[in-house]
Amino acid sequence: MSLSPATAAPLRAIEPAPGATRPIVEVRSVSKTYPGGVEALSGISLDFPEGKLTTLLGPSGCGKTTLLKIIAGLIPHSGGQVLVDGREVTGPGPERAFVFQDFALMPWASVMRNVAFGLELRGVARSQREAVAERHIARVGLKGFEQKFPHELSGGMRQRVGLARALAVDAKVVLMDEPFSAVDEQTRRKFQEELLELVANEGKSFIFVTHSIEEAVYVSDRIALLSRRPSRVSAIIEPKIVRGGDPEKIRRDSAYLDVVEDIWQQLKHYLD
Amino acid sequence: MVISGFRLPMAAALLIWMVIWEIAGHTDAGFILPPLSRIVWRVIEIVPTPSFLDALLITGRSFLLGNVIAIGVGVPLGMVMGRSIIADRLLLPWVNLFLSAPLSALVPVIMVLFGLGETTIVLTVVLFSVWIIVLNTRAGVRGISLSLVEMARSFGASRWQAFSRIYLWAALPEILAGIRLGMIRAVKGVVIGQLLVSVVGFGTLFEIYQSHFLMEHFWALLLVLFAFAFTLNEGLARLERSVGYYAASR
Repeated sequence: MSLSPATAAPLRAIEPAPGATRPIVEVRSVSKTYPGGVEALSGISLDFPEGKLTTLLGPSGCGKTTLLKIIAGLIPHSGGQVLVDGREVTGPGPERAFVFQDFALMPWASVMRNVAFGLELRGVARSQREAVAERHIARVGLKGFEQKFPHELSGGMRQRVGLARALAVDAKVVLMDEPFSAVDEQTRRKFQEELLELVANEGKSFIFVTHSIEEAVYVSDRIALLSRRPSRVSAIIEPKIVRGGDPEKIRRDSAYLDVVEDIWQQLKHYLD
Repeated sequence: MVISGFRLPMAAALLIWMVIWEIAGHTDAGFILPPLSRIVWRVIEIVPTPSFLDALLITGRSFLLGNVIAIGVGVPLGMVMGRSIIADRLLLPWVNLFLSAPLSALVPVIMVLFGLGETTIVLTVVLFSVWIIVLNTRAGVRGISLSLVEMARSFGASRWQAFSRIYLWAALPEILAGIRLGMIRAVKGVVIGQLLVSVVGFGTLFEIYQSHFLMEHFWALLLVLFAFAFTLNEGLARLERSVGYYAASR
């Protein structure tokens, strides 16, 4: 399946009914060609609704992390436009926070300083930023670990620190680059459940990158399926799964299983 | 080491060599290599003398100043080389050249330019120690994980903030190793500089001791310098180990 930028546009038309939440992030025919001529993205257009979790899902090397980092302003795009909250992205900004796959914690700094780092860079006074950090450390379940160092924590706990750091700057959009891929399976499931709760309660918009179909369907309000490089949006799926109540129930829900199967059928031909 | 059930301390090897030195000193070799015991006495005798203290003061001053300059120049230069490909291409050949060049041969050039004084000694110290600091800092900065750099940028770090809060700390284990190696080279630098200039600090003393064939004094002076270099190395190695906990987990 190949969609030119022009035919990708109607995809945006199948968005939630008019009057629904406006997109917080708009990606308009964004392309990215790396020096050396590798074309990672080719005219991607995509909207991210406010207050929801949207997932970028696709085969490995399809440019989903590239797109996320373009939205973050960490790498420049070669063409097109990215708007966050109506303003064009030219670099990183305070309305976006990033959660890294490899946690990206400063090993020489305590949990407290790591979580408060975003505020430290903004020049927030020490007592003030530590009060905020303390709240978010507790929020992610690390109360009592404030003075520990990253090497004293497990992988799962380290990512909790990364998450607390992103929440502490109170950004509107939280960008998550395969945040759970470096933690063990049990921890991952726990994280997924907590993420649902976070999306429901924080009122933030989340953009989530994963290569796991199950994870995408479990956590997402909306999934953008990306094709192989050069990447385009091949489909947009909105799993209509009833959330709330028992998080374990979702994994046995027939709607959940159907969507997983559907996506698998669509992605299958990208293999080999 | 364990010999027939006894655990020998690490210092045992040192003791054995001290005994061998003592014995050698009582043979005919004694005229060039006096017994250790007499040298130790000589150390105690000459250390409080004004000429020694003067020399120590001058040497210490040149050594410290030279190291401060070498660190002040070497660390930023290494950082720039680690971050900028252009700077790296321009400077790396020179840094490598000076690192391996026989620097003693350059001291006379400095002498011609800056005269027979402390300036020359300070510059010799810088010349000996700065290159390894540059190379180590460069290696440390190049080894920083990309995601730490991206993390700082994504949270809005300015260039200066990224430098002072990320690069410097992430590269600290390598920088400290560079400073330690640089200081050991600086000991060589300060002594060679003074020997070549020979009218400053320990250079004067070495000159006097050698020309009067005062071998005990000569060795006493060497012993003091060796002890100084050794203590310095151990102290800095300890400092290095204190940041070692994160060197492996960057």
